[in-house]
Amino acid sequence: MTDETAKVEELVHKEYEHGFVTDIDTDTVAPGLNEDVIALISAKKEEPEWLLEWRLDAFRHWTRMAEPAWAHVHYPPIDFQAISYYSAPKAKTDGPKSLDEVDPKLLETYEKLGIPLHEQKMLAGVAVDAVFDSVSVATTFKEKLADAGVIFCSFSEAVQNHPYLVRAYLGSVVPASDNYYAALNSAVFTDGSFCFIPKNTRCPMELSTYFRINAANTGQFERTLIVAEESSYVSYLEGCTAPMRDENQLHAAVVELVALDNAEIKYSTVQNWYPGDENGVGGIYNFVTKRGDCRGSGSRISWTQVETGSAITWKYPSCILRGDNSSGEFYSVAVTNNYQQADTGTKMIHLGRNTRSTIISKGISAGKAQNAYRGLVKISKNADNARNYTQCDSLLMGDTCGAHTFPYIETGNAGAIVEHEATTSKISDDQLFYCRQRGIDEEDAVNMIVNGFCKDVFKELPMEFAVEAQKLLNITLEGAVG
Amino acid sequence: MLTIKDLQVRIENKQILKGLDLAVNAGEVHAIMGPNGSGKSTLASVLAGRDGYDVTAGAVEYDGRDLFELSPEDRARQGIFLAFQYPVEIPGVNNIYLLKAALNAIRAHQGQPPLDAVEFLQVVRQKMQLVNMDESLLNRSVNEGFSGGEKKRNEIFQMAVLEPRLAILDETDSGLDIDALKTVAEGVNTLRNESRAIVLVTHYQRLLNYIVPDYVHVLSDGKIIRSGDRSLAVELEEKGYDWVRQGAKAA
Amino acid sequence: MSEAAVSHYLAEYDRFRDVLAASWPAQRRADALEYLKTHGFPTRRAEQWKYTDVSPITRRKFTLGKSPGAHIDDAPVEKLRFSRLNCHELVFMNGSFCAELSRNLRLPSGATVCALQSNGNAELLERYFGNEEIGHAFTALNTAFLNDGVLVHVPDGMEIPAPIHIIYLGGREDETQPSSMSHPRNLIALGRQASASIIETYAGIPGSEYFTNSHTSIQAQAGARLDYYKVQQESRRAYHIGRTRISQQADSRVDCHALSLGGKLARWDIDAELVEPGAEINLNGLYLTSDRQHVDNHTLVEHKQPHTTSNEHYRGIMNGRSRAVFNGKVIVHEQAQKTEAHQSNANLLLSADAEVDTKPELEIYADDVKCSHGATVGRLDENMLFYLRSRALDEDTARSLLTYAFADEVIRDIRFPEIRERLEHSIAGELPDTDLIKEFMQ
Repeated sequence: MTDETAKVEELVHKEYEHGFVTDIDTDTVAPGLNEDVIALISAKKEEPEWLLEWRLDAFRHWTRMAEPAWAHVHYPPIDFQAISYYSAPKAKTDGPKSLDEVDPKLLETYEKLGIPLHEQKMLAGVAVDAVFDSVSVATTFKEKLADAGVIFCSFSEAVQNHPYLVRAYLGSVVPASDNYYAALNSAVFTDGSFCFIPKNTRCPMELSTYFRINAANTGQFERTLIVAEESSYVSYLEGCTAPMRDENQLHAAVVELVALDNAEIKYSTVQNWYPGDENGVGGIYNFVTKRGDCRGSGSRISWTQVETGSAITWKYPSCILRGDNSSGEFYSVAVTNNYQQADTGTKMIHLGRNTRSTIISKGISAGKAQNAYRGLVKISKNADNARNYTQCDSLLMGDTCGAHTFPYIETGNAGAIVEHEATTSKISDDQLFYCRQRGIDEEDAVNMIVNGFCKDVFKELPMEFAVEAQKLLNITLEGAVG
Repeated sequence: MLTIKDLQVRIENKQILKGLDLAVNAGEVHAIMGPNGSGKSTLASVLAGRDGYDVTAGAVEYDGRDLFELSPEDRARQGIFLAFQYPVEIPGVNNIYLLKAALNAIRAHQGQPPLDAVEFLQVVRQKMQLVNMDESLLNRSVNEGFSGGEKKRNEIFQMAVLEPRLAILDETDSGLDIDALKTVAEGVNTLRNESRAIVLVTHYQRLLNYIVPDYVHVLSDGKIIRSGDRSLAVELEEKGYDWVRQGAKAA
Repeated sequence: MSEAAVSHYLAEYDRFRDVLAASWPAQRRADALEYLKTHGFPTRRAEQWKYTDVSPITRRKFTLGKSPGAHIDDAPVEKLRFSRLNCHELVFMNGSFCAELSRNLRLPSGATVCALQSNGNAELLERYFGNEEIGHAFTALNTAFLNDGVLVHVPDGMEIPAPIHIIYLGGREDETQPSSMSHPRNLIALGRQASASIIETYAGIPGSEYFTNSHTSIQAQAGARLDYYKVQQESRRAYHIGRTRISQQADSRVDCHALSLGGKLARWDIDAELVEPGAEINLNGLYLTSDRQHVDNHTLVEHKQPHTTSNEHYRGIMNGRSRAVFNGKVIVHEQAQKTEAHQSNANLLLSADAEVDTKPELEIYADDVKCSHGATVGRLDENMLFYLRSRALDEDTARSLLTYAFADEVIRDIRFPEIRERLEHSIAGELPDTDLIKEFMQ
């Protein structure tokens, strides 16, 4: 067991400490969840009364809800009372002192991805000093964004500085009672990102949590809210292409997107949390609720995700196509190896007229992994002339893994056209042989073919991301061939 | 027979035809040539009445009537035939039954009694030889599983049976090998007569070696920029579309 | 609701236990009742019943129908016969065998085709169908109330050339009687290299309310070949729950044609397992719904061994305020390398108030496989419509023609022309404007 997983285990299995001691000096609250803990979180963050009420309401819902069991994933029960729900942002001194203290396997991966040394340090949680001038980088960005009128800050800052905006939109896409994990997140979220693009504004750069390093360590209950006003545009990149050092086993994030008339939001994720070791020990449980609301007519939301990490992924970035002529897109590559399990897909809810949705999902399963696509396309009665096209392909590598497809198509409008196609196969021997006959070794050939298989998704990613996503794919599948 | 005046057509928000004029009389063969995207197929589709084209200006008269007032089937009944560039496959609909229904609908429009099965088969057999059509294709579903050449042959075969007054052949030569091209061209040539007009829409002049047109028009960017006789097509072949376009700009 | 229904059926069982077929082991009836007591009837919370609410069935207190008396009206039966097809025909009314209406029951010696009631061959039943799991509330109900049905047994190497046609007619002529139920059970066993064609027709007295809960089990041994047709054309007020379970051994082949045309609420499950290499199943299905019909088709194909093949092709056309459900699941087990499984489901919505919920599923645990599925929901193809209109067909004719052609795709390859024509006729009867396209249906 690596040090890292040992820590995770320790944290999760930490003995339940009865009683609740209010000790304002400690930065970590004792494990357990009740209304006092939530009040404490809210107080520590100096939140307004309404937000505390909102959290408490979510908590009360959560206590009445059952953990979902329908996904095609298996894991031991989670003891929600054994988790500590508040940890102040770690002091720099908490992490490893230098790269020497970091898991060599992690470093090896950084190496392969060609990540510069100072970034490696940052990713591994090594205290970064002034050598890497992250502050000045961030400052430059902030100025540029401020000129454009774009608000981009941590969720906590937004609560303090833009309470009206937060209050107007928080929970308006994913209600606090939406599902078990969303309710939990709503009750206890600690931080995340907030982004607001005013009317007729094209965000001058791609926004990324990467450039807001303080947000990268917000831990397990992250909350993101992006609001794009009329005729605005933003492209948002989430996550990091390198594996993140993280002690939390359970991640239950919520992301809400709101697009008003003719606004466009492009949301890209490369998720590479710790997947557990080759024996399936450790790894992150990534139970995320992401939803976009195409509230305005002609609005557009697109989700692009490359999911290579986490022991268990449970995630369905969705679009509510409320505005007439709005469109939703979902492009996904989900790779599972060893004992990873993924149950991921999307929901496209067509409510408005002339709404369009496109779903391209590529699942790759290797080792003993289980990889499921689960999707819903719903055409409601009033969604005249709605269109959906779905293509779900699965690639199997090795005879001990599984690939599954569970699409739900509900159509209540005679003018709709819905098309769903899915295929499952292994890499074609013909393709492999062709490459090898041309002198390419097997592993490279497989990488080439797999990358080709994922091309339709990669091309949706910003250029630099796409290149790294490809490398990441190859790393994840290392050793899966043969 | 057909008079097109200042025809302007949009698809969604894109202007495709920008003021096209053309007059076609009975007995004439016109070739409309142009590079990809010049609007050739749009013209063919608009004449046949396909949905999704927005006629923003201009007029088309067919036999003195406003063509746009007619549904696609009424146009067909009044003698307009479109040989499709990409004939659609219609699984489950029998090729020969469709043809019989089509022929009888046209005959009914002309006040003629429907053909019975025997009479119909006589017509079919005779016309099949024209295009060297394989009899086995008759009883299959419309175009289903046909090769590219078979689909085009089927179009010309239908044209032979339906005997239109105005035939529009949309890129009938594309995707045909030289033997198939000759067969199709022979079929079309047999159908040339005093009372029938033929409009050939094509990218290459290859087809015109076999079906010699009376007039050649060059369509570019939604307008006919040059008209001439057969020699224009030959010249085009040598010098390319840029040559005419530059000529048009200079003029 | 479910508890009240369970009590009702328990009481019904006590009332009728003495008249139910004696050849069916009492222990199996008892097990089935126990299952029902434990599990009750499914609700929409169960994933398998997500889109179908069975409470209209459980709410009604159906009772076992009476055996037909001396006077039998054979007019409705005559309409269901294949007049021009030489076949062995067994007729049941409200679940009871009618010898008078059945005909041509002489089969090659060694083969068995008979009503279950008249067969004392408990050994045969036990050998083939002794260890079937219940796993389904309505299967439990059928197992408990099993009274009659058909036993088909074709010994090794034998071919039965003429199709076997089984007609189940439900309903009451006298509306003052309580609504009846029947639980037909069909047991079909084909020996090695044996072959047969079997048609099940379910129909009823028009306008009559009743409940048919049928169950068919099919065993195909190595190299056996079965053409299986089920035509559900119950009365528009009837409730139909059906389940067909198929188990196939090496190199056997089953071609299944499933037509759901009638019923107010109908649900049909086909569960097929390919348990030895080389087994192949082809499932063709068609459901046509209108008015306020609710029709649910579930299929499950389990590939349990290598080199097994399944092809599934279901189509549906929905009109009126009807709702159709399709759920097709393919499971490829770990050992089942070299599996080929293809599935498609296409739907046509003709009216603004119709609805379809489709869910094609693949669950795959082997890697050397070729699996695909596709599902579409849509309206008639604009290009096809335009093509037909440009060939002088008017719009209504073109629409009717394309609609009919869409449905006909599923049955056009049926090898008995008499069966195909009858089905085409039935389909045309359910679709709009088919009088316009008579000449295409010759």
